[in-house]
Amino acid sequence: MSYTINVNGQPRTVEVEADTPLLWVLRDELELKGSKFGCGMGLCGACTVHINGNATRSCVTPVSAVGDAKITTIEAIGESDAGKKLQDAWLALDVMQCGYCQAGQIMSAAALLNRTPRPSDKDIDDAMSGNLCRCATYTRIRAAIKQAAGLPTEDKREMA
Amino acid sequence: MSPTDPRRTAQVSRRTFLTAGVAVGGGLMLDFSVPAFAHFGGGPAVPVTLNAYIRIAPNGETFIVNKNPEIGQGIKTSFPMIVAEELDVAWKDVRVEDAIVDPVKYGGQFAGGSLSIPMNYDLLRRVGAAARLMLVTAAARAWNVPAEECETADGVVSHKRTSKQATYGQLAGQAARVPPPNPATVKLKDPKDFKIIGKPIGGVDSPRIVQGEPIFGIDVTVPGMKYAVYEKCPVYNGKFVSANLDEVKALPGVRGVYVIKGNVTALDAGLYNGLTDGVAIVADKWHQANRALGKLQIKWDEGETAKRSTAGFVAKDAELAKNPAETSLKKEGDVDQALKGAAKVLEARYEVPFVNHSALEPMNTTVAIRNGKVEIWSPTQMPGGGKTAVSKLLGIPEQDITLHVTRSGGGFGRRLSNDFMVEAAAIAKAHGEPVKLLRNRRQDVQSGVFRAGGFHHFKAGLDAAGKLSAFRDHFVTFSNSGKVAGSATLGPTEFPSGFVPNLDLGFSMMPLDIPTGPMRAPGSNTLAFAYQSFLDELAHAAGKDPLQFQLELLGPAKAPVTTKSQFGEQVGFDNVRMAGVLKAVAEKSGWGRKLPKGTGMGLACYFSHQGYFAEVVQASVNHKSGEVRVEKVWVAGDVGRQIVNPSPGNNQVEGAAIDGVSQALAQALTFTNGRVEQSNFHDYPLLRMHQAPKVEVHFVMTDNNPTGLGEPALPPVVPALGNAIFAATGRRVRTLPINTAELKGFA
Repeated sequence: MSYTINVNGQPRTVEVEADTPLLWVLRDELELKGSKFGCGMGLCGACTVHINGNATRSCVTPVSAVGDAKITTIEAIGESDAGKKLQDAWLALDVMQCGYCQAGQIMSAAALLNRTPRPSDKDIDDAMSGNLCRCATYTRIRAAIKQAAGLPTEDKREMA
Repeated sequence: MSPTDPRRTAQVSRRTFLTAGVAVGGGLMLDFSVPAFAHFGGGPAVPVTLNAYIRIAPNGETFIVNKNPEIGQGIKTSFPMIVAEELDVAWKDVRVEDAIVDPVKYGGQFAGGSLSIPMNYDLLRRVGAAARLMLVTAAARAWNVPAEECETADGVVSHKRTSKQATYGQLAGQAARVPPPNPATVKLKDPKDFKIIGKPIGGVDSPRIVQGEPIFGIDVTVPGMKYAVYEKCPVYNGKFVSANLDEVKALPGVRGVYVIKGNVTALDAGLYNGLTDGVAIVADKWHQANRALGKLQIKWDEGETAKRSTAGFVAKDAELAKNPAETSLKKEGDVDQALKGAAKVLEARYEVPFVNHSALEPMNTTVAIRNGKVEIWSPTQMPGGGKTAVSKLLGIPEQDITLHVTRSGGGFGRRLSNDFMVEAAAIAKAHGEPVKLLRNRRQDVQSGVFRAGGFHHFKAGLDAAGKLSAFRDHFVTFSNSGKVAGSATLGPTEFPSGFVPNLDLGFSMMPLDIPTGPMRAPGSNTLAFAYQSFLDELAHAAGKDPLQFQLELLGPAKAPVTTKSQFGEQVGFDNVRMAGVLKAVAEKSGWGRKLPKGTGMGLACYFSHQGYFAEVVQASVNHKSGEVRVEKVWVAGDVGRQIVNPSPGNNQVEGAAIDGVSQALAQALTFTNGRVEQSNFHDYPLLRMHQAPKVEVHFVMTDNNPTGLGEPALPPVVPALGNAIFAATGRRVRTLPINTAELKGFA
């Protein structure tokens, strides 16, 4: 089947079977390797992209379901204000260890900041709990989101 | 510790030479011959090599080679920092290049055992200092001044008296003609003058990662490449009988379906590079190959391993525990006699599960075989072992195999085994075109090289003063081919060995026939839980504060025992350093603070990978549900006098602490009919953002050689959490993962 989808502002036409996950269209048809494969079941968040601004797991999104929605990937997220601030904060705080999950983390964080420019720790928990980081860089991810939002970076979650 | 376990020191010989030549483009190329390290992973021990570490371009750009795999530990940044420091260039002028894998050129190249820094810190400083001396010598000759009067800074040589200066870029050509000094005798900087080492510097690949650039193994594309999946028997090393190959061949995009015969006859305790029977599906696109798996039906001969089960392991443990340990590791004094005279005797059984590494990037490798030459792109931690295994499999000599180590999406020890590289090579050979093999998550979970589970049967005595008088552990572990399974070990020096007058450590084994191997802090990641939890039980039984009990047990300063083996010297446990981190973490955490009911602090310490770590966990337990919330972890670590790069250094420690909490709370692989029952992150959960505790890291600096940080921060957090739960609830965690149902309604 032929599908024309809108990726990072460009119409792109691919010949794939209808059930092909968007992730594999991006990675293997369009050579956009930034979105990562981790689980194939929407459990880890490494494949997160934006569809009409919403953080979406591309590994469980068939290409046939995308239609003319606007898809944004990590490769273009730096063109948005929030995306650029997040990338800068990620580098300033040296967030990553292996880095494999971080594209998905940044995409989820960008969707959060677009919706909630000054997120609380609870907002961050809610928006980011679908993204696994096996290296467990969670403390720095939390701080980097706050830094990108112009907030103090300390972890204010309550403890006894 | 088995001979193939990378947890060992390797000694750098003093015989280190330097040669120079003019690099392409007129820059300076310094070639170092370094001695062969004890070679890990099955490759040959090559005596002498010629290595290029540094190139300096006329414009001052300085290219520094990183020789070891980057798996998230930050070595691709830390190694060049060490060279750049002694070379005395500005970090902004440094460009980092990946080494190709060549034991003849680079000696040991691996990421394991937290050994990169201890094995290479001194060597890489000398690499930089020797190059600096050549540049200074070239300048001194040109200006006709004594070299000793010349100074360097930020890639510039200057001579104050004559006001002369020249950049390294200008001097590189002449420097290449200077007879190279012996790096073993070059003068090194006083650490107080360091400008790069010890400063937090961001990862050199990070700007590319935040842009989504293709730098991981999974991102490799090669012209003409096809994609493959490889389906093996769900029971380890099951034999292929038949399959609906023709049906699968007809599916969309499928270009070939191949039955591959395995080569594993018996498992040993070494790193796992085996190939077992399977069916490879090769397709135009990975999704097509993976989808075709859904139609593939294979009949297997599952063999004896199909009888293995977690329930069976538990039953066998109970049987073995009735008898004394089959093999004694260490006996001192008379434990039975001492127990008879003890004021209090404690017995406890501890159990840890099998776990999987779960690197987020599934195992993958790309292989191209053309005209008898092989090119491989692989996210591996142990490239030498993989190259040797591929050479054996294909019957192609190692010099005809080029291996590019890509960045790894997590390692944790999984990629010390190269079974996935061997599979990719076998498939590329069968198919005849370049192939990228990528496992799906189910395959990645179920064909792991697991962290082995195990059982500890402790019995210990306290004297009337509450002092530990006798200690016994009958460790029940697993065997493969009659030997202790990979990393499923206990050693004779396990603490409190050497600190209790009557000691008896021994083990018994049950057959496993499933590969196991090192996972982040191998051995230690289970032993710390069992031993440090039981010591906490003893502290409470003695009526003592656990910190006081641990410090008393460590006792007065005792000279560490240095052991020698064919792999070099290893400095043993230093009780003063351990007491140091214990006191530090107690102070930083406010140990002994009054906490509300249901909240507790737990303490534990552990020595592994030459690092000393003490950790305090504060956790609260929900009275109604038993749910555990880990609020904060305080860490005090001693890895010597220098943290090369504090940014990834702290990150490793924070990650290790949270990794340990993740294991303790939720992770277990179970077996039924020889099969792993879990398949993805829904039934094998990793800790998520909202569950991750705060982590506070403190380093205790001591005048000891710098050692690694990838692993030693993990082991103590697991017992510290169990001990915190005891403090919060009065209920003791003796089995992992923590069963929150057993914590409900605590008194």
